[in-house]
Amino acid sequence: MFTLIGNVFKNLRSKYATRLYPYEVRESFAGSRGKLEIDPDICIYCGICAKRCPANAIAVTRKPDKTWTLDPYRCIVCSYCIDVCPKKCLHMNAKHRSPE
Amino acid sequence: MAKNTIIPFGPQHPVLPEPIQLRLVLDEERVVSAIPVVGYVHRGLEKLAEQKDFLQDTYLIERICGICSFIHSLTYSMGIESMMGLTPPPRAQYLRVIWSELHRMHSHLLAVGLLADAFGFENLFMQLWRTREHIMDAMEATTGARVMLGTCCPGGVRKDIDPELLKFILTTLVTVEKEMDEQMPVLLNDYSVKQRLCGVGILDKQTAYERGAVGPTARASGIAMDLRTHGYAAYGELAVEPMVETDGDCYARTKVRVRELYQSISIIRKAIGQIPAGPINVPFKTKPDGEVIMRAEQPRGEVLYYLKGNGSDMLERLRVRTPTFANIPPVLAMLAGCELADVGVIVISIDPCISCTER
Amino acid sequence: MINNVENITVDNLLDKVASKLPLGFRFVTMTCVDCGEHFDILYHFDKNYELTNFRLGLKKGEPLPSISGLIFAALVVENEIQDLFGIKVNGLALDYEGRFLLTETAPERPLCRVPGVMIVEAGKPAEAAEVK
Repeated sequence: MFTLIGNVFKNLRSKYATRLYPYEVRESFAGSRGKLEIDPDICIYCGICAKRCPANAIAVTRKPDKTWTLDPYRCIVCSYCIDVCPKKCLHMNAKHRSPE
Repeated sequence: MAKNTIIPFGPQHPVLPEPIQLRLVLDEERVVSAIPVVGYVHRGLEKLAEQKDFLQDTYLIERICGICSFIHSLTYSMGIESMMGLTPPPRAQYLRVIWSELHRMHSHLLAVGLLADAFGFENLFMQLWRTREHIMDAMEATTGARVMLGTCCPGGVRKDIDPELLKFILTTLVTVEKEMDEQMPVLLNDYSVKQRLCGVGILDKQTAYERGAVGPTARASGIAMDLRTHGYAAYGELAVEPMVETDGDCYARTKVRVRELYQSISIIRKAIGQIPAGPINVPFKTKPDGEVIMRAEQPRGEVLYYLKGNGSDMLERLRVRTPTFANIPPVLAMLAGCELADVGVIVISIDPCISCTER
Repeated sequence: MINNVENITVDNLLDKVASKLPLGFRFVTMTCVDCGEHFDILYHFDKNYELTNFRLGLKKGEPLPSISGLIFAALVVENEIQDLFGIKVNGLALDYEGRFLLTETAPERPLCRVPGVMIVEAGKPAEAAEVK
């Protein structure tokens, strides 16, 4: 009995294990997959990313206007599109999308 | 003789992390039998997998389970590789082992944490999950995601771990081991914990065998069965021993998980110690053709993949038999004859993953 | 390729399965595959990490005898096959009558290949409609 009591006293003395989230945000790790971003200047709008996306989250149109749109609610952040992009114009931002 | 009563346990119940209903047939306070009712989270992933190409399936397959996702994609990739006759390079095999074991650790910590919560030891539950957070950090640092690692693909792995991060994993393991040394004696030796776990939900060896129990549930009943000893990925070079207990009760199942946690730490250390340098994947142009059955050891037990390709991008059939699916008949055997108050602990002691079961 | 496959028929299914059990084989699971004209039903057994399989060819529309009388664990997977493929399984120890995984509003026999039926994905409505 009372096997965890030492731990309780230790926790009383140590600092919090959690953060006050919206005010104090954890730093992302360098390679973290946060959100997908595109460099529109390099993109050739070939549409390979849209075709290969497992979640159909990307839509690319060439006519009448060249557009590249991402549905963030469908995106599963797998970064497969980054692998298949011939121009390497896609990249992951380590910061996660903020809930606004 | 008193009349039998049927009461529903779940689908929403404080001890259940996922929805499953058990219709308990009771004689006073004693359970006579239990009927499982599933289907609350059936998503039809096997059907969807037939309509995506086999490379996209890698990411779909991971989402069968939110806990053992990496091992799902690993088994799937091994299946595709065996269909196409590919052999991933040795470094990829070691990286797969490292991530698999990290996954096993976070899954087991989650399982014993939930068990602590199920018998009402919330403090221990929070301590165990705090420890688990270090492993989640290690996974995010090495792959970029906490659970859906997305690093395993047919032919090898997509991402290398550089020496800096391998060192980070090792320092994480030191922290985790230190914290586990404080928590595990509480989980295994505390008086009130033992009162709730010892002798509860006994599954003897013969029943476990007949009902097809897998993973820690089978090992706690004295069946030495661990597919890692069979040596897929790089496990063949790491000498894995199955952790076997013989009592077959909830305590034995917990003890198996605790021993496997320490085993995983030593496997990761050994793997990092002898990881070879070299490429991390092999290129391929072929398409999957033929049939293959692939099995691997998940934290909850053996997972079986049946893949059938027809030489095109799409697979003709993809079938997954997850460990919890196999552990449902054994849990029904455990429930027969137990007290109503122990049902929650017994169900959690097999570490049920309902999303896996229904896909 | 799958090793250790033995072809069996509906008639000798129960005898073949019963012959495996005293030899120390563990029932792993069953797999049902829609092969167009017929169903392939595979029974997987494990001993010392080696899989042994039975392959049963079942004509569409024919019922499947249940092995859950011999192996209770088969009941879960047989109910699943009954749901997803619409195969009538006779003699189940516990019959959910097609409501094991699926509900009343779910598509019927979703894994059975019916020409023209496929999932319409939200992202690609136009393409899926063309296939129909």
